[in-house]
Order: sequence, then C-alpha cells, then structure tokens
Amino acid sequence: MQFGVFTIGDITPDPTNGHVPTENERIKATVDIAKHAEEVGFDVFATGQHHNPPFVAPGNPPTLLAYLAAQTEKLILSTSTTLITTMDPVRLAEDYAYLQHLAEGRVDLALGRGNTGPVYPWFGKDIRAGIPLAVENYNLLYRLWHEDRVDWQGKYRTPLNNFTATPRPLDDTPPFVWHGSIRSPEIAEQAAYYGDGFLHNNIFWNKEHVIEMVRLYRQRYEYYGHGQAHQAYVALGGQAFMHKNSQEAVRQFRPYFDNAPVYGHGPSLEDFSEMTPLTVGSPQQVIDRTLEFRDWVGDYQRQMFLIDHAGLPQKTVLEQLDMFGEHVLPVLREEFAKNRPADVPDAPTHDFLVERARRGESPVPGGREGSRAWSDAQERKAKLDAASRAR
Amino acid sequence: MTLERNDPRRLTVVSGGLGDPSQSRMLADRLAEATSETLAQSGIASHVHVIELRLLATAISDSLIAHTITPGLQDALDQVMGADGVIAVSPTFKASYSGLFKSFWDLVDEEEFAGTPVLLGATGGTARHSLVIDQAMRPLFAYLKALTSPVSVYAAADDWGDVYGSSDSTKTAPIHERIHHAGATFANLINAIPSRPRASKHHPTEIEVTPFEQLLNG
Repeated sequence: MQFGVFTIGDITPDPTNGHVPTENERIKATVDIAKHAEEVGFDVFATGQHHNPPFVAPGNPPTLLAYLAAQTEKLILSTSTTLITTMDPVRLAEDYAYLQHLAEGRVDLALGRGNTGPVYPWFGKDIRAGIPLAVENYNLLYRLWHEDRVDWQGKYRTPLNNFTATPRPLDDTPPFVWHGSIRSPEIAEQAAYYGDGFLHNNIFWNKEHVIEMVRLYRQRYEYYGHGQAHQAYVALGGQAFMHKNSQEAVRQFRPYFDNAPVYGHGPSLEDFSEMTPLTVGSPQQVIDRTLEFRDWVGDYQRQMFLIDHAGLPQKTVLEQLDMFGEHVLPVLREEFAKNRPADVPDAPTHDFLVERARRGESPVPGGREGSRAWSDAQERKAKLDAASRAR
Repeated sequence: MTLERNDPRRLTVVSGGLGDPSQSRMLADRLAEATSETLAQSGIASHVHVIELRLLATAISDSLIAHTITPGLQDALDQVMGADGVIAVSPTFKASYSGLFKSFWDLVDEEEFAGTPVLLGATGGTARHSLVIDQAMRPLFAYLKALTSPVSVYAAADDWGDVYGSSDSTKTAPIHERIHHAGATFANLINAIPSRPRASKHHPTEIEVTPFEQLLNG
C-alpha cells in the first residue's frame, strides 16, 4: 500500500488573519511539503495541473517534479491530475519520459480531463469533446511510449508519419498511468481496457459514486483479462485535518473549511464530513475513516491525502505531515496489510513494471488471448467474415 | 416493466411553498386528491408522497456549492424520478417560479425524468400572475421533456374564498371545480400511458458501459 500527498496548489487567504501567500511563497512551500512528505514516510507526491489563478500548480507538472526528483531520494512523483484533453500527447510522451530518466523511474502519472471549462478553449479544444479527446489522446500517448516509430492519424491533432517520441521511456518501460475520473464510466472503461490504474479523487463526493465507479473498473479489468477484479489497481483520494484532541481539530479547522473555495459557505463541516471522506479529528479517527475506504472498494493500492489547501498556513501543513508520519501512516500500513489476500498486487513501481515486461506479462490493450474480451472480439470478427463471404 | 392497468400508481407531489401552512402545499394536496379520486374511479389505487422543498432548502443550496447530496434530498430526487406522475406546485415570485423550486429541478437527472407525466400548479397573491404556469413553468418542464398535463391550476389568494360568480375573476369556475378538472385530466393522462421502466436509485443498476473499441473508433 502506498500513501501519498496530493496538492491542487490553491492560493487561498488564511481566513483567520487574512494572510495571502505570494505565488513565490506558495510554490516554494509546495517544494517543502513534498520534501517533508518524504521525510515523514509518505511514498508519493502528486501535483495538480492548473492554468488559472488562484492556483500555482504547474501548467506542466514535470517542471516541478523534475526539481523534486533532484531533491528527494525515494518519493514517487506523480500528478493529480495532468490533462489528457488539452495537452498534446506528443509533449506528454516526451516530457514524462524525460522526467522518468532524471528521476530514475520514480515517476507515474494520473490523467484527468480538467475541472474548468475555459481551459479547453484556451488550448483550442472543445469541452463537448472531452471524452473523445481523452480517448484519442491517450491512445496516441500509449503508442508513442510503446512503439519506436508511429504512423498515426486522428481527429484532434496533426498526423504523424514515422515519428519517434524522444527520449524513449527509461528501460523501454513507460511510467504507470492512473486514469482519474469522478463520474464518467468511459474513463473507468479506458483504465480497464489498457490494464492501467483507476484513481477516484473521492474527496468531494458521496461515496456511492466512488463505489460504483471502482466496481465498474474492476469488472471491466477482469473482462479484458488483465487479472481478476480484486487485483485491479485502485487509488483513492482523501482529506483530513488532525489534532490529538478531536474537538480542537474541529475548532481549528472550521474557519478554513467554512471559507474554502470548493465547499465553503455551503454545507456545515459536520454534514460534509458525514457525506464525504473529509475527516477532522484525532489521528485515530483519521485511521478509522481511512480503513473504511477498503470496505467501500476492496483492497486497493494507493491512498492520497489532500493536506495543504483552504489557506492553511505552511507551518500547520508541515505539522499535519508530522502527525501523519508519526501516528497515522504506521498504523494504516499495518492495518491495510492485515487480511490482504496474497494475490492482490502492490502499487506498480518502475522496477515492477520492468520485471513484468521481461516476463512478457504486460497488459495487452483490449485483452490478451483467452480473456473474455478476446473471445468476444473473435466472435465479432467471425460474424463479420461470414457476412462478407455471404455477400 | 409495464404496469398492468390496475396496478397502483405512485404520485409524487412537489410543493415549493415556503410558509407553513402554505397555499402551494394546500393546492398541491387538493390536486393530488382530485387525481387520486379519478384514478380510484377506474379502479386504480394511488400512493401519494409529498415533498416540501422548504424542508430541503439548506440541502438544496448546499448541493449547489459542494457536490454533496444529503440522504433526504436524494430520497426526494428518487421519489420524483421514480414516480408515475408528479404534481409540481410553486408560489409565484417576480412573475416566475421561486428560486428554490428551480434549484430543486436543476438537480433532477433529465434523462431519468424524461417522459414523466406532470401536473402543474402555481399560487400567487392576485389573479394578475396567472400566466406564470404557461410562461415560466411549462418551458422548464418542456426542457425536462416531461409530459405536462394540458390543464393546470393557478390559485390566487382570493380564490380560496370564492364561489361561482361572486366576483369578476370567478365568473368562470371556482377553484374546487378547476382543481377537479385538472386532477381528472391528469388521472386520465396517467391512466392512458403505459408506465415505462425507469431506473430507480433504490435498486442500483449496473452502470452502462460502452466497450472501449467503440469509444476508440468513435
């Protein structure tokens, strides 16, 4: 089980004193958060991608992630999410492969479609084509990483003839990809088709969405023959604020919650905590709540926490990381390991992927021979052949 | 799932009234009674479920800001989307339905709701607002692709004390007759159309999935 920190890089005034960090402060703070996350025992740091205020999450995450790669030892560097809809897949292929070399493979990425409509037109795309863009772009990205020379023609970018994306992925093994989605079954299907991972951000939504989407992804993962449903790769988000005394946690976090850009001035802290994974309380409460996620989705591979948001001062964020490291992560690691079936895989690392490829066991998009998807495809093909012979 | 002719029907009443007691609630209840009576004459029982939006006001506005839906609000949405007929009544504010009424309908899944028979009603201080149903409510429910009943009821405050011909505005029919007429028309509409299978959140169905090859070759 991997545990990580993910950030959206929001610049939000601290509602208790009005302090607004400068962009420079917030960017430097992001670096310190990532480095501290490694020090206290987190496995993963992931940054969002933004193109508009009030966010300082990078427009191109490898800029930040490469810098972090140089300053960390073990941390896996990831995204939460990078936009597969408005980014050129060629640039994604090149930038993340380059990052992978610099980071010695400590890289994976989560793809998303983006959370603000105007981003699409800024990059000349049509938001109504969000899903088709995600489908076509990722298919190209996948091919650019897996094929040395690509001939390609699609709907949304210029054709490519005899094109080689450089550098080639480290050890000819591209970074692992998580497909992030909240409500679009097409994206769960996409993750399953390729045998990639599925990330549900989980943090703002009623748990029913999370459960339904993960179940769909798992079923389809099995359908495509990449493994059994319970072996599919699932990552979830979560968010927490802790104090050793749970009333004090609520008292301290309430002004930040009440004024947070995404849910402030809406539901009460209590109602929101009831309906979503937000946990404000003692470390033990955070442990108990996080362990519940496994009851929703089954044994899973990665748990990300949103910690630095809503105007919380940097000092507080670093203290929260300390508390996670000291009181929460060791217990979660132990508890999640209990009763975990031996055939549920860990979250993929670069070494694992390289080894898997050597064994010839990398997933085959659309399903390898013997899968239900494969026999269904054979059946369709036979029918088509018969029909064309009859003609 | 097609209803047998005599299967009971589920009527969901949505009252946008903000007071207690409320004129809109009163009109909604009377419309439900009138509908049930006519259905009963055809041997059809009806189960009436009433939703008072005022009790969900905070949950509705919260859901617009965060994406959270309280269990009570989810139940109301399920009742609306699973009904065989919906009676929707709003008070008139500034020549239209109330903002709360609109916000509730904003949360309804239009695909699930499409095709639902709906009886419209509105209340207001004076008869001068009586076009609110045709000018504001019908377009909203047209967008939602509801089967709106052609006869609706607008009730002004003084309608509740009126009888035939007591004033210029009731030279036509007093309110109980208009309610009866609207209810009867709505009951016949419900009775005439076969119920169609509608996904209900109470019985979660598998999410439909488009095979990826199809998405890829889209």
